[in-house]
Amino acid sequence: MRLDETPEDQAFRAEVAQWMQEHLNGRFAALKHRGGPGDEEADPALRKDWERELAAGGWTCVGWPQSCGGRGLSIERQVIFHEEYARAGGPGRMGHIGEGLIGPALIEFGSPAQKQRFLPRIVDGTEFWAQGYSEPGAGSDLANVQTRCWQEPDGSWRVQGQKIWTSLAHESDWIFVIARSEPGSKGSKGLSFLLLKLDQPGIEIRPIRQLGGGSEFNEVFFDGAVAEADHIVGAPGEGWKVAMGLLQIERGVSTLGQQMHFAYELDLVIQAARRSGRGDDPAIRARIAEAWGGLQVMRYNALRMLSPSEGGGLQLGREALIYKYYWSNWHRDLGKLAMDVLGPDADVISDDPAIRPLQQLFFFSRADTIYAGTNEIQLNIIAERGLGMPREPRPAA
Amino acid sequence: MNFALTEDQVLIRDAAESFLADVSTSEAVRAAAGHPYGYDVEVWQRLSAELGWCSIAVPEALGGMGLGAPELVLIQEQAGRHLLCAPFFSTVCLAANLIDACATAAARERLLPAIAGGELRVTVGLGSSAEDWTDVAAAVRAHRTADGWVLDGCIERVPDGVSADRLLVWAQVDGESEPALFVVNLDAPGIEVAALQTWDATRHLSRIALRGVSAVVGADASMRIDDPQRVATGRVRSAALARLYLAAELLGHAQQCLDLTVAYTAERKQFGRPVGGFQAVKHRCAEMMVRIESLRSGVYGASARAASGADGAQGSAELARECAMIKALAAQTAFYCAQEAIQLHGGVGFTWEYDPQLYFKRAQAAHHWLGTPEMLRARVADALLN
Repeated sequence: MRLDETPEDQAFRAEVAQWMQEHLNGRFAALKHRGGPGDEEADPALRKDWERELAAGGWTCVGWPQSCGGRGLSIERQVIFHEEYARAGGPGRMGHIGEGLIGPALIEFGSPAQKQRFLPRIVDGTEFWAQGYSEPGAGSDLANVQTRCWQEPDGSWRVQGQKIWTSLAHESDWIFVIARSEPGSKGSKGLSFLLLKLDQPGIEIRPIRQLGGGSEFNEVFFDGAVAEADHIVGAPGEGWKVAMGLLQIERGVSTLGQQMHFAYELDLVIQAARRSGRGDDPAIRARIAEAWGGLQVMRYNALRMLSPSEGGGLQLGREALIYKYYWSNWHRDLGKLAMDVLGPDADVISDDPAIRPLQQLFFFSRADTIYAGTNEIQLNIIAERGLGMPREPRPAA
Repeated sequence: MNFALTEDQVLIRDAAESFLADVSTSEAVRAAAGHPYGYDVEVWQRLSAELGWCSIAVPEALGGMGLGAPELVLIQEQAGRHLLCAPFFSTVCLAANLIDACATAAARERLLPAIAGGELRVTVGLGSSAEDWTDVAAAVRAHRTADGWVLDGCIERVPDGVSADRLLVWAQVDGESEPALFVVNLDAPGIEVAALQTWDATRHLSRIALRGVSAVVGADASMRIDDPQRVATGRVRSAALARLYLAAELLGHAQQCLDLTVAYTAERKQFGRPVGGFQAVKHRCAEMMVRIESLRSGVYGASARAASGADGAQGSAELARECAMIKALAAQTAFYCAQEAIQLHGGVGFTWEYDPQLYFKRAQAAHHWLGTPEMLRARVADALLN
């Protein structure tokens, strides 16, 4: 257990900080602290330009191997990069689904042609991705996929069905979906993993208006939408393996950056408490102290998760099992605290940079405990995998 | 940054785990609780002399292993799991820690090697505020005499007061802003030790009265030992570490409460199946695990911070803030898990025979020690908001 950094790591930290200071400027200054979850609609065009600015500096896909166009950074260096990026107010990454999800999945499961076709454009910030997993009937029961796909005589694939909660579909170029390629199959069997261009006649995107007013999520309708013959990842019928592998690849390195953003939000809450006078209330002070403590714990949790586990390997430790439940509930509580600190001012829709992000936090953090495994599913997983308690009854596949 | 345990740390933890599983069983704890000292002297001798636990955090130059907070935290976690009855917390986590951080070189050279060798049991009054020993110092006054000092006052809660050889005493001195630190021989004239009958019998507490206790300059047993150059930051740092070590113990309590509950609900059947299969039970166990693992991250993290060097005034203040937060979290987590253990054990959880009650009482007692969560959060808030 050690927290200290080597001089080389410190120099790297300074390098990232300096690059951010020099480049998150001029026309990009407006993006500082913008574009995170709940704010994904903030100037997408400029944020795409920012992705290319990052790419020019070699700061996209920093954790990918160099052979795939990445920077090949160690976990420790990736942590430093994400921390300094967020500390400087780096905007929410338009490219995060490409960089964090489909790119690593293609590196692991993709064909050489797929890697050659897709990876460079993720690295250089010219193609953006959306994720098509959830369906109206497949939420927590993710494998209950009804969207169908079949192969045409020319080898291409057709997709019929509906996906939902697709973030940034309207700003993306490509989508990856899991669809049922074996009629009559159930659950995780008989699914295929396909890559589709979003701009085509068989695809319609409809925004979903969220409780906070924004629309970063969408419904995506597929009506005979086409995927090219070689745009299937893994073998037909084995899409679940790819989909699950992709979820495991995401080891949460970027969560250290997320935490820097949380620290920024907590700082906004503290400033608001000073301004509103609510910071004199002992009960509010206790909640602020508790929120600060939660953030320290979360950071140590992440460092623990990213360190090699006992006996080597990168298998999920106990800290990884609780990680999502912990941060999402912490964040939701921070949202409520923010509103309580603002008092009646919180009730007026505001563009004030000291108020708007807190209102957004309050509303969007309601989604945190629902997406990517609801609280209830998280607790099932923790009890079953972490504590070895009896499993929930599952239908025979 | 690397949070993985080193090979040595794994060895230390595993050795503590297996030793305590062997000697600190439920029966042994109950027997020790009934002993006038509150522990089995043979267990203490084995862990101090044979296993060398008392030497872990003592500097190598003073006969110790020269390790520190990360290793002590691992031992304390296991001690908490198994409710170790021994003067380890008082001698090592409180007294040695205090001496190392605050005492003069001469006092460190005399006391720490003896502690490291398991030859000396030392204790100190446990405060119940968020202050860094100034609360316990407020109860004792030191008066200057021709050849030293005379101490008068009463220390309310001293762990292992009946069995300890020496007592560290924080006292107020006229005309000095920092409290002074003394060591006194518990056999000295003017000292009266009264054992308290506490609900938590796994840690024996005493009230110690000092009536004109003489601490003479140059004396071997009783004397003033604070180093004026180090005491201001040392007091902050040692209180922070004491909170951390207590938090580690509380972490162990919480873990054991969860383990007992998972084991019990796997065996206990109602409606034809183990009650652990009901989501109402599973989710509560999962919630315990979330709190325990997050506490573990916090305890290990703070111990790594303590070991990372920064021990100046600012480093000490940051460590203090973090350890205050960790102790608050630990007290709440341990109590939460103990009460859940009682509830999820059902009727037997309410009995004397089953163990959850031991942890429940211990957790409630520890709630106050070195500051309640409310006081500690108020202290953290002061640092954040002022």
